[in-house]
Amino acid sequence: MTTTLDRLRNGQTATVTALDVDGAERRRLMDLGVLPGTPIRVDRVSPLGDPTAYLVRGSVIALRRHQARGIHITVGQG
Amino acid sequence: MPHTELPTPSVNPAPPTDPVCGTCALNHASQLLSLGVDVSGHDHVVALAGNPNTGKSTVFNALTGLRQHVGNWPGKTVIGAEGGFGYRDRRYKLVDLPGTYSLLSTSEDEDVARDFLVFGRPDVTVVVVDATRLQRNLNLVLQILQITDRVVLALNLVDEARRHGLSVDERHLARELGVPVVPMAARSRQGVPDLLETVERVALGTIATRARPVHHGDVRTERAVSELAHRIQREYPELTNTRWIALRLLEGDPGIERAVTDGTLGRLAAPAASTESFTDRSGKTHS
Repeated sequence: MTTTLDRLRNGQTATVTALDVDGAERRRLMDLGVLPGTPIRVDRVSPLGDPTAYLVRGSVIALRRHQARGIHITVGQG
Repeated sequence: MPHTELPTPSVNPAPPTDPVCGTCALNHASQLLSLGVDVSGHDHVVALAGNPNTGKSTVFNALTGLRQHVGNWPGKTVIGAEGGFGYRDRRYKLVDLPGTYSLLSTSEDEDVARDFLVFGRPDVTVVVVDATRLQRNLNLVLQILQITDRVVLALNLVDEARRHGLSVDERHLARELGVPVVPMAARSRQGVPDLLETVERVALGTIATRARPVHHGDVRTERAVSELAHRIQREYPELTNTRWIALRLLEGDPGIERAVTDGTLGRLAAPAASTESFTDRSGKTHS
């Protein structure tokens, strides 16, 4: 199933398929290892769901909902 | 048969007794002279770079004997802290750069680190990486290798990696990257002697480092980079990292554009403008 990262639920794992983000923010995400093919998991969710902490390549990064929305993922066998 | 003596291993003058390794001739650490903040009359400039939380400042303190600023918060090391150390008969100035994941995004930390590597032109750059998060750390390593190949990779936290059941094939890594790799556990001073020895050899050029250039899959990008790099090279034949500068210009990097227009790049290209001083963006002169 393809969706965007903000739809991923707590504890679920997905694979990044594309980054629909531009400029410095795109660069930043790529520097942190968020690239197509990267497994990503919801690690913790703040009380209001924004920001959410994700586990990427052994590190935890926090993203705002609007940032997560720009990250395309596939969930399940993909 | 003539009397032949068994070959005696070359015996160096016994170094002063060290509580840890005693008088072992291989104890390079006993040759370390921590000079604290005294950076006068240095022979070589060594930069310390790496991601945040990899132990850069721990390495810095282990070498300089200083006890500065080990702590975990963003921007802790804003401008590179400086310290000195002596090893064998040479003096080194060590510059601790801010921890960054990249040299390409836009934050003050990254600009400081990037400007020092490009314009400060250290003789050796030690990149401290976290062995438990090697994959993410290698991004910065590869970026630095595009700027300079006089790099020593300090593979830190190998003790912690081992506890997680991870072991890193450092020889293979060194071969892939084209630069020496020193496994370390800086908190317990493991690997410090090897690091000193390797830094000295890279500074003196007795270890040849050869970074592998990153090529871009896209043919048009590749062509644009080579063409621009070629022109920069023609203008400034002394520059070594023209490909990197070309890429930054194509990306519209304001810091590099400024360096080209205000003549900083030209000064760099002149051999006399070595590492003695550089001026960062805020106008402070580091010497």
